[in-house]
Amino acid sequence: MALEHFFRRSRPKQQAGNDLPDLWTKCPACKETIYNKDLDANSWVCPKCGHHLRLDAQQRMDVLLDPGSFEQLSGRVFPSDPLDFVDTETYPERLERAQAKTGRPEAILTGRGQIEGVPVMVAAMDFAFSGGSMGSVVGEEIARAAEAAAAADLPLVLVAASGGARMQESALSLMQMAKTTVALEGLHAKGLPYISVLSDPTTGGVTASFATIADVIIAEPGALIGFAGPRVIQQTIRQSLPEGFQRSEFLLEHGMLDDVVDRREQRAYLARLLRLLKPSARQQGGEQ
Amino acid sequence: MSGMSDLLRDLEHKVRDLEQTARKTGQNLETALAPLREEVAKLRRAEDDRQTGRQAPEKAGGERWERVGLARHPERPTALDYVERLTEDFTQLHGDRLYGDDPALLGGPAVWQGIPVMLLLQQKGRDTKTKIKRRFGMSNPEGYRKAMRLMDLADKFGLPVVALIDTPGAYPGIEAEERGQGWAIAESIQRMSRLKVPAVCAVLSEGGSGGALAIGVGNRVLIMENAWYSVISPEACASIIWKDAAQAPAAAEALKLTAPDLLELGIVEEVIPEPAGGAHLDKDAAAQALGEAVSRHLRELSSLRAEELLAGRAERFRAMGVFEER
Ligand SMILES: [Zn+2]
Repeated sequence: MALEHFFRRSRPKQQAGNDLPDLWTKCPACKETIYNKDLDANSWVCPKCGHHLRLDAQQRMDVLLDPGSFEQLSGRVFPSDPLDFVDTETYPERLERAQAKTGRPEAILTGRGQIEGVPVMVAAMDFAFSGGSMGSVVGEEIARAAEAAAAADLPLVLVAASGGARMQESALSLMQMAKTTVALEGLHAKGLPYISVLSDPTTGGVTASFATIADVIIAEPGALIGFAGPRVIQQTIRQSLPEGFQRSEFLLEHGMLDDVVDRREQRAYLARLLRLLKPSARQQGGEQ
Repeated sequence: MSGMSDLLRDLEHKVRDLEQTARKTGQNLETALAPLREEVAKLRRAEDDRQTGRQAPEKAGGERWERVGLARHPERPTALDYVERLTEDFTQLHGDRLYGDDPALLGGPAVWQGIPVMLLLQQKGRDTKTKIKRRFGMSNPEGYRKAMRLMDLADKFGLPVVALIDTPGAYPGIEAEERGQGWAIAESIQRMSRLKVPAVCAVLSEGGSGGALAIGVGNRVLIMENAWYSVISPEACASIIWKDAAQAPAAAEALKLTAPDLLELGIVEEVIPEPAGGAHLDKDAAAQALGEAVSRHLRELSSLRAEELLAGRAERFRAMGVFEER
């Protein structure tokens, strides 16, 4: 806890690969240079072209939750190196770099908060931390958030941003797909809503586990979402991929999403949905 | 160290076979040929590197990489080779009732050494023609949706599920993505975790990522001695981390993907011993060992009530992972 506060003091940098001073950000889509204050006021959606810039986990909480309502749950669980994984550098070296870069022990942030006054449990993955990859800790934090939501009779809102399961923990990472799935069962048993928000990018083992077994699945506009990465598919089939392939709008058209929701509308959308899907008096055995 | 060059020769044969078939029949086999050609190129590069000593010797082809070679041996028994030896009355039930019938994931009721079960199996194909037809064991979403349908039947008729895992991974294709490959795998994992009947899984040769786990949520998970089970194939891991697929032997070492590794990590309950030199050298003996192990676990689980089976399975997977609590 104390350590986590220490971590949180250093706010992560804005968009990676940005050589402009901290005050400005270049939109990766339209290349327009935009004042960060304007972006921040617009939920980090480009005011010129509508591109949804990637958010780190703290920014995600700021965009999604009522100001000042976030109470952090995650942060006591730290990654280790069970396989002594070494490639071009050691796994602990990679982890340290990601921790220094993001000011976070792992690629996830969870806690309680409110969305337009509706209390929720919320979890946000952090793509800036090792591509949001899921190892033992990400799996554990998601499982704990799901269990805490069920214990407190709260809905769970989970924002995915991940390249998939983390290679450096191999089969242990793979098992997180099943672990998170079984941990969500408590929400189903109590008739509590679980809503998944897919952001850019969501691929691999995250798409193939907790992110796509929600009651309602929405995505941000233009997000890359799929199981296999586009490069792998292209290498396998040796054809060019169709226009808009694996983007949110493509998946909506193919029936895989409940809706594509602009980031600036998400708070209102989620609040409305959570009011509509409130556990019924019948299930709760009394009035809400 | 001969594992790799054997594999290379076998693959080269396979590619030539396929090219011939394509020429003769006018069929377009590029989908099947492309990954094979790539594999050949990778292996050839790795082999060249090894011979010219460009790699650290311990990384060129350690014990783990040799096992990967054995797991992919062209004569390696497939799931159906085991099923033919171990079951009676296997009645294959086709289709997912939604879109199609996946040729890489099969299933249906059968009697496993005297025990009535619902079989799920991933089948790679035994010759060039069936390998192409079965996409080398790589399923489209229909496969996982068929598996879920059969799990419903297993629950309804109280049949324990036996899942024989053998896939390099789910198929990476345009149609697979259009039809929700990720969704299908996630739902299959969830459906399997909810089985009210015992589930015993065995990784026969290759356990590639989510495509394997989709039918791997068992009360017991077993693995053949020379099989691998990992979050990613050594080749894909090498091309991402090292930017060079030829580093696959090193990736295999780093991923700790062999049966003994997985036993140590608590991912599997038991390693099923293979005949010396690998299962392909004595398929009957390999089948005998698999049959005995699966039957034993089925018997152990048979006295448990549905709630105990559900809770046991959930606890088994909930406990997975290694981290530090501070
Ligand atoms: Zn823009």
